[in-house]
Amino acid sequence: MSTSPAAATLGSRPASLLRRVLLQGRYETVTMLRNGEQLILAVILPLLALVGLTVTPLLDGLGSSRVNIAVPGILALCAMSTAFTGQGIATGFDRRYGVLRFLSTTPLGRTGLILGKVLAVLAVLVLQVLVVAAVALPLGWRPSLPGLLPGLLLLVLGAAAFTALGLLVAGTVRPEATLAITNLLWILLGALGGIVLPAERLPAAAQAVVHFLPSGALGQALRDAFLHGSVNLAAAFVLLLWTALAGLAATRWFKWN
Amino acid sequence: MRSPESPALTIRGLIKDVGPLPSLDGKMLRVVSGLSLTAERGQVTALLGANGAGKTTTIECAQGLQKRTGGTISLLGADPDTAGAELRARVGVMLQDGGLPPSARPVPLLRHIAGMYQDPWPVDDLIARLGIDAFSRTSVRRLSGGQKQRLALAAALVGRPEVLFLDEPSAGLDPQSRQLVFELIGELRDRGMGIVLTTHLMDDAQRLADYVYIIDAGRNVAEGTVAQLLRHELTEDTAGQHIRTLLFEAEPGLDLAGVLPDAVDVRETRAGSYSATGPLTPADLSAVAAWWAARGIMPASMSLAARSLEDVFLDISGRETR
Repeated sequence: MSTSPAAATLGSRPASLLRRVLLQGRYETVTMLRNGEQLILAVILPLLALVGLTVTPLLDGLGSSRVNIAVPGILALCAMSTAFTGQGIATGFDRRYGVLRFLSTTPLGRTGLILGKVLAVLAVLVLQVLVVAAVALPLGWRPSLPGLLPGLLLLVLGAAAFTALGLLVAGTVRPEATLAITNLLWILLGALGGIVLPAERLPAAAQAVVHFLPSGALGQALRDAFLHGSVNLAAAFVLLLWTALAGLAATRWFKWN
Repeated sequence: MRSPESPALTIRGLIKDVGPLPSLDGKMLRVVSGLSLTAERGQVTALLGANGAGKTTTIECAQGLQKRTGGTISLLGADPDTAGAELRARVGVMLQDGGLPPSARPVPLLRHIAGMYQDPWPVDDLIARLGIDAFSRTSVRRLSGGQKQRLALAAALVGRPEVLFLDEPSAGLDPQSRQLVFELIGELRDRGMGIVLTTHLMDDAQRLADYVYIIDAGRNVAEGTVAQLLRHELTEDTAGQHIRTLLFEAEPGLDLAGVLPDAVDVRETRAGSYSATGPLTPADLSAVAAWWAARGIMPASMSLAARSLEDVFLDISGRETR
């Protein structure tokens, strides 16, 4: 005589892993897109940088046109915004509020939670690429066609490296510290890390280092792909190494509570 | 594989060390040392203890949120440390801090969590049942403590769990929410759900629990039904006599010497507040009333109470404040 037939029998089976990850990815994507600060970081600032680089002579002499040199760096900046700073801050506060612990007790689990975050980063990245392309093409952006596919794959690899780094920071320090560290690194790496400004435009001391930074490696790899249609294997290797090292470190030291 | 005959939860000799802690010169701190308990399906099992007794650590080990240092845990017949989504789908968890994202709105959040299950509790029904419709458009960060607790309970129940963990379920609940939540817990228990709750409130344990484990300093120091725990203490020292406490308030400084038998402990706990605890008889009550009458004393208040679970708890775990 139950009025809630659903509660009359106990025990449910989990939805499939694919469905759980897709649901979590969608949920985290919507949460990211609803966050105003996140949107400024993910879309507005990269677009401002793009316009800034095309109206100033900062990149003159490095390639066919200002916008062609600028766009690969802007896409790399987008990956850092979303995967490292945005996702790192969100994860840090989710950890503070016990959201990670609660969700890891549901069928989603820890693996599903991480996969959902990766999916959300990729979804937002796709939107960023579309927005940047929509602004850059009228400005005269003409990427190398053979370089498009390798460039996009390298962008995903860069996002993977920055996601692992963001999770490492978010999982090991307090959320306020995550906020400070990821924002500060976004500014430092954005300005001096070889992302939007190629190594040639940086001080000599920085030039030696930037090729080994995830920012410099991603910026250079994307410029080589989108400008010249070539795959920079050294930069790809640096990105792989960062992904592996940060991923291992995050797996080892990530604190869920 | 379903194993309906296994108990909801069995813990044997649980040990949990945390640290190393700088405050202990880099040594580990043992927060749970050799705790054992069994929680049956269709029963409410309470872990009762002061703050810091190890209750939350114990159930977090059972939920797989913390890795145990030693001992065995069987949750619905499986080890929570190696369990997968199949087991997690059969277990509901309400954390002490809620664990809900502050920017989320209640209904979309519940629908999202419901999506993780093949056959969830219909969200609309759950919302109505827990009165969540009254605040369905408010973000989690703006909810009151009681609203947050009700939402966290809904999130724990949305998978229709066979085992439900509640960490301090009545924290922040107003009396109406408390009534609502306690009724629902009773109903789910009657449907066969195994419910494990922690509390430092004697009243929660006394009202809700079929079986109580009293936890102190990381071990279980007493266990039984509420009635057993009370009776045990009543018969242990006094051979079937009724231990009662008589409290009354009157003018300060009264000398009750000789009014009551020596076995009754009489004291003025504050100026004008008197307590008499021991094997009181109807004749003793009559003698106290006669003594008042002879002196023209009209107490401002008086009450008589049997021992409460709180007395038992304090006797067992010590009365000093930690």
